[in-house]
Amino acid sequence: MATILEESGFNPGADLKIVGTNPVKHDGLDKVLGRAKFGADVYLPGMLYGKIVRSPHAHAKIKSIDISEAIKIPGVKAVITAADFPELPQGSGWGDMSRTTIAHEKVLFDGHPVAAIAAISEQVAKRASKFIKVDYEVLPHVIEVEDAIAEDAPILHEYMRTKGDETAPDVPTNICEKMVSKVGDIDSGFALADYIVENDFDSKPMHQGYIEPQGCIADYSQDGLVELWTCTQAPFVYRDRLSAILKIDAAKINVQQSELGGGFGGKTGFYAEPLAILLSKKANAPVKMTLTRTEVFRGTGPVSGTKSRIKMGCKKNGKIVAAEAELYFQTGPYTGSMYFNAPNAMFTRYDLPNIYIEAYEVVSNRPKVNSFRAPCVPQIVFGVEGLVDDMAKKIGMDPIDFRLKNAAIEGHTTIYGDTWGPVGFVETLEAAKATEHYKTPVKSGEGRGVSCGFWFNRGGETASSMTLAPDGTVTISTGTADVAGSRISIAMMAAEELGIDVDKVRVKMADTNSLGFNRVTAGSRTTFSVGMVVVDNARKCIAELCRRAANEWGVAEEEVKFENGEVKPASSNVGNFIPMSISDITSKTTMTNGAIVSSSSMNVTGAGPGFGVHIVDVKVDEGTGRVDVLRWTVVQDAGKAIHPLQVEGQLQGAAIQGMGWALNEEYIYTQEGKLDNPGFLDYRMPVASDAPMIDCKIVEVPNPLHPFGLRGVGEVPVVPTMAAVGNAITDALGIRPTSLPMSPPKLLDLIENRNTSSS
Amino acid sequence: MSKAHVTTTVNGDEYEFLCEPQQSLVTVLRDELRLSGTKEGCSTGDCGACSVMMDDRLVCSCLVLAVETDGKHIETIEGMGTAEDLHPLQRRFLEINGLQCGICTPGILIAAKALLKKNPNPSETEIRFWLAGNLCRCTGYDKIIRSVQAAAEDMRKAK
Repeated sequence: MATILEESGFNPGADLKIVGTNPVKHDGLDKVLGRAKFGADVYLPGMLYGKIVRSPHAHAKIKSIDISEAIKIPGVKAVITAADFPELPQGSGWGDMSRTTIAHEKVLFDGHPVAAIAAISEQVAKRASKFIKVDYEVLPHVIEVEDAIAEDAPILHEYMRTKGDETAPDVPTNICEKMVSKVGDIDSGFALADYIVENDFDSKPMHQGYIEPQGCIADYSQDGLVELWTCTQAPFVYRDRLSAILKIDAAKINVQQSELGGGFGGKTGFYAEPLAILLSKKANAPVKMTLTRTEVFRGTGPVSGTKSRIKMGCKKNGKIVAAEAELYFQTGPYTGSMYFNAPNAMFTRYDLPNIYIEAYEVVSNRPKVNSFRAPCVPQIVFGVEGLVDDMAKKIGMDPIDFRLKNAAIEGHTTIYGDTWGPVGFVETLEAAKATEHYKTPVKSGEGRGVSCGFWFNRGGETASSMTLAPDGTVTISTGTADVAGSRISIAMMAAEELGIDVDKVRVKMADTNSLGFNRVTAGSRTTFSVGMVVVDNARKCIAELCRRAANEWGVAEEEVKFENGEVKPASSNVGNFIPMSISDITSKTTMTNGAIVSSSSMNVTGAGPGFGVHIVDVKVDEGTGRVDVLRWTVVQDAGKAIHPLQVEGQLQGAAIQGMGWALNEEYIYTQEGKLDNPGFLDYRMPVASDAPMIDCKIVEVPNPLHPFGLRGVGEVPVVPTMAAVGNAITDALGIRPTSLPMSPPKLLDLIENRNTSSS
Repeated sequence: MSKAHVTTTVNGDEYEFLCEPQQSLVTVLRDELRLSGTKEGCSTGDCGACSVMMDDRLVCSCLVLAVETDGKHIETIEGMGTAEDLHPLQRRFLEINGLQCGICTPGILIAAKALLKKNPNPSETEIRFWLAGNLCRCTGYDKIIRSVQAAAEDMRKAK
């Protein structure tokens, strides 16, 4: 299987007609008219409503569940519990996934599903849920990392031993994994340092905050076929995981993705879907399930809360010589936080000779964490970029110059072993330095922060098909979810390659029966990877168009060429033929070899790393601890912006998500281990009046392995955000906050301490 | 439990429906009338995705009981424009990319239309505070604000 186009065809001087413009996205019209169908927007004949019954305890043994009263209620059609799920061993990957979906032996967090009901209306299902009797034996719970790793901590899983730590004693633990990463020799590195900075940092979980709660409808037919309509970033991954935990052949499960009302990583794993399928099977009717906002907060993945200690050292000339870190990540009740991204990315962008990182993943009685843009990286970069700023300040160097002095360039070998091709970190830093924002002096009473970030960008399994209709218009089926407008970018790349108007191309998000496996839309992989397979599709169709034209003209295939949407003789020696457009050829396919179609499947590699630099101005009210973000500029290397407005949208959205994470958003637990703020009133995400306009500067250092030079753009812009805000607050107050979120009470404490120690 | 009989006008059309007394307007719009353009994001009036007009007043339809709408006039996103005759807000949101995933868009369009009716020339700050009841997680609000500004200008010029 190909992993990359044999020849990307990337041409830095290409005269692009469509790529780089801003056509209206094809899915937009239905969205402004209210016609777009999201997860909860489908209704089927005979449909029932499903409702989840959830645990009120953070940690408890399930002694018994009595469903007999509930099932008798008129209008209730089915009740399921873990007993309806196939047996899968504890501690195995699929076993954990099944137990995350519904508690088997124990409930492991407040809100953990224990049963589900299907009834003729939502009201009946809701009433019936009160009649499910669960006999719990409440166990001591543990929420915070420091408590979970303490010696006498309540243990979530008796079988758990730390993976990756051979020295750990053979006793139960809440530390599921340990990972050590190193470069050079850390001790001799610090011995070379003229200045050493060190601090403890921590962060709280934030929620992805998509406005669309999970919604799905499952229809289990009597011949054992499952039709599932759902809002997902990962239709194929859902299918295969459903197949594994429900023991249904993958070919019998067809997942059709709906329009996705926001995901940001949070819809890469399922919640209600397995329950809806089993309820549908048992009730013999389609079952629709939508989560409430409270359920979204209590039951679906926030990001990892963290604790870390980070230490860095530099020479007087500004060269960083050593960096060390000890990192702890919450993962919820089971492993799977993707914490390994942090050691791989936290210092990556700087050329550091000596690094030592120990990272730990820790279970506790919280909902299972899920991905969020650049999973596990931004909350650690908050500390790293804070220390980088502290070093720059110590030696009196401009913060961007300091970062330029240490910037990794083409040829750099990373901590995870890759050696980079062309990268644009230096160009991005220089562009940031040249912005009007950075050149404008900070206003009195305000603070300015600079920070930067890196993301790998991803490729992976990607499959698509292309069909040319008789009228010459083009349909593309892709199996990756469109999370923010990738369909238009994909249509644009296809149209560019085919030399036709973008309006002649339509991209459809196909169901899982229609295409080969597509990896999840995540990691900034979709526009990059789908671009690769769709260009492959287009080239295959072009080759066929050329064959058909050559055949009609009675010349050899090599004697024709495709240019600007037409097949024409390769030279005047071939003969005097009138060029044929795509529709000239497709309109005659009934007389030739039938429809022109192509399919492509690749395990795409060659994604180019991405870098961003953020500049933020803030004002801190020293009387209340409130922070106003006044100005924000994002500078990022996109390789090539296919649709610049969409790229800007990614940068702007990430900035404000990071602003929320920096200043407000956190999961708050009661002493009893219950989530205390499961709603938008108490979990406060940024609203329009909190935000400034976000200026964007797109840098384009192309990735030559892609036909149009693009790099993924979705993850990078959230990475530097909290550090940029933190550095701005530090600049304003003269004291560094080290705990996220930097909420008013915490800043008031800092201000008070500062005033006491200086008086 | 007996259901209430309600007659209400939605986007100029008269509808009759039966609902339970505790059912919210958004539930009835979506599940009974199948007008699913109005979205439910939180059910507590915090996210604004369910914004509709009730007798010319901007409301969160999750906070209105369906029985309260008897004899009232409701306006939802389905009544705002058509593909051939888009409202200037709808056109500008498309051109300026004021929407990404699109789930908050119906509520924001309804709320923005209500603002421009009250105040045809709002400042950036006025737009931001008016729309503070409508959460968007994708855009960072920048292009939403710009879309509303551009539509407001279009509408002023058209007068």
